[in-house]
Amino acid sequence: MLFFVARRLLYLIPVLIAVSLLTFFIASLLPGDLAYVILGDQATPEKVAALRHDMGLDQPIWIRYFGWLGNILQGDFGRSFRTGQTVLQAVTERFPVSFELMILAEIIGLAIGVPLAIVCAARSGGAFDRFMTGSAFAMLSLPAFLSAILLIYLFAVELRWLPATGYVPFAEDPAANLRFMVLPALTLALAEWPGIMRVLRSDMIATLQEDYIALAKAKGLKASRILFVHALKPSSLTLVTITGINIGRLIGGTVIVETIFALPGIGRLLIGAIYTRDLIILQGVVLLVAAGFVVMNFIVDLLYAVLDPRIRHGHA
Amino acid sequence: MLSVENVAVELPTPRGNLRAVDHVNLTVGAGRTLGVVGESGCGKTMLSRAILQLLPKKAKLSGRVMFDGQDLLQLSPEKLRKLRGRSLAVVFQDPMTSLNPVLTIGTQLIETLQEHLELDQATATKRSVELLAAVGIPAPEQRLTQYPHQLSGGMRQRVAIAIALSCEPKLLIADEPTTALDVTIQAQILDLLAREQRRRHMAMILITHDLGVVAGRTDEVAVMYAGRVVERAPTPALFKKMRMPYTEALLAALPRIDAAPHTPLPAISGRPPDPTRPLKGCSFSPRCRYAVARCHAEKPDLAEAETPAHQYACFHPIENHAGAAA
Repeated sequence: MLFFVARRLLYLIPVLIAVSLLTFFIASLLPGDLAYVILGDQATPEKVAALRHDMGLDQPIWIRYFGWLGNILQGDFGRSFRTGQTVLQAVTERFPVSFELMILAEIIGLAIGVPLAIVCAARSGGAFDRFMTGSAFAMLSLPAFLSAILLIYLFAVELRWLPATGYVPFAEDPAANLRFMVLPALTLALAEWPGIMRVLRSDMIATLQEDYIALAKAKGLKASRILFVHALKPSSLTLVTITGINIGRLIGGTVIVETIFALPGIGRLLIGAIYTRDLIILQGVVLLVAAGFVVMNFIVDLLYAVLDPRIRHGHA
Repeated sequence: MLSVENVAVELPTPRGNLRAVDHVNLTVGAGRTLGVVGESGCGKTMLSRAILQLLPKKAKLSGRVMFDGQDLLQLSPEKLRKLRGRSLAVVFQDPMTSLNPVLTIGTQLIETLQEHLELDQATATKRSVELLAAVGIPAPEQRLTQYPHQLSGGMRQRVAIAIALSCEPKLLIADEPTTALDVTIQAQILDLLAREQRRRHMAMILITHDLGVVAGRTDEVAVMYAGRVVERAPTPALFKKMRMPYTEALLAALPRIDAAPHTPLPAISGRPPDPTRPLKGCSFSPRCRYAVARCHAEKPDLAEAETPAHQYACFHPIENHAGAAA
């Protein structure tokens, strides 16, 4: 197991290098010279040239890349020329918001999707299964901005149970924080559960055809034990994959949901950086988010090994 | 103890209903062994699944399966569940797929013991070690924490047998228990089954496509063809004088150790009839070398022969000794 983890960790290195390369070069492809952005349209060519020299922008791109990478390895991701805030400060300030949103959304999504999938698989082809499969398909095609507006209308405007927008840090007032988080998390979860349900349902149906399920029945085990112990674990590999991908995606925040509900998360930070051409922030945040995504996939790989002993022992 | 009465299984298919098991009657007494023999697709596995009530959802099952005085087809799901694994156990064909790949051997053994016998964890673990030792698995304590993929095919089938034996069942159904195994392991597994069957005095149904397997190990043999039992006799009587041409052909198709090298095997020509289109006459008639006009027009019943307990379904039973015919 230790060997497995070590080997997976080694794989991370080239992936992270590729991520940093892509981030840096894509950011430098964006139109507009950084020096002009900072100095404004009225700047004289001499001033621009001086600033370019100070910032190292007159150097060849690969030298700038290695300089940037060297700073990052020392923990310096750069600093916004607008706010003076470092990338790390900006991210640590915004990350808890997106992280909490992601965790809540996944918990709600799994709490809806997993039980429905098990019930549907156990009675596949039945009326409930067909109804839920149809509903999941309908939900899957509902865009987030629409479900967000519907939820706001229902819970904030009509019922007045929950606030429509705003944010309070969890440490300040946990109850108020959760009240602000419920609707955005629910909006994301509404898009998550149909995928979770469909994937787990079809894997469960396949697993329930296996010989070892027939044997579990022939052993006289209770239906609940067959479903939860014998069938759920071998069926959950795809579920873990898509949950991992979803989490990785949500680590970067969600631009639409954070904007609609006015949550100060990573998604809003990125959008702000793009609008203000804050390339340093953009570059640093994209790199951190991509690294988070890669690490999430590493955790998914480890979970495979936890779920399936054959992967752990290098048989599959 | 077990009597299968007029059991029929129909499977709906896109090409019409498939009659997998066609009104079969069988009995097994306590402590007795019945061999069910037939080629692939003759309905022997469907018959075993019908007894265990493990048929696909769409299958239509009729008849009666009397086990210990109650009809298994009429039992409530909960009563049936308490019977399965406890009094009625099964060993499947392929040990590569019949054990759960993500659960340890120990979990799969102990859960059966705890489900039916109300043992505490320590006692159940101790029983599991004894069971694994009884089926000839070395270092049984260590096996409990291992997963199926860490064991060879033969060892896995031994584990499957240990699971089947765990609650001292009254009847064990072994559905081609050696077909998926290496030839070198087959005899060991069959001997293990025979030994445990005698020791525990349980009844056993041994399903196989190999007449050689049932020869020394069963009390009675039923030969199945196209979903029907076509010959049924006490094992010694059957091998002494088989009457049904299909049985003869099955025996002739076995490789013989005393045959000259490169002797071609007398395979049965043709294929079994399409089970979605039953024939009017005897279902073996298209492949039978003795068939006459009546065989194609009329279906023979399974009838008693001159020897008691020997039944066969044929208008032109073989008169001479089986060995000579081959």
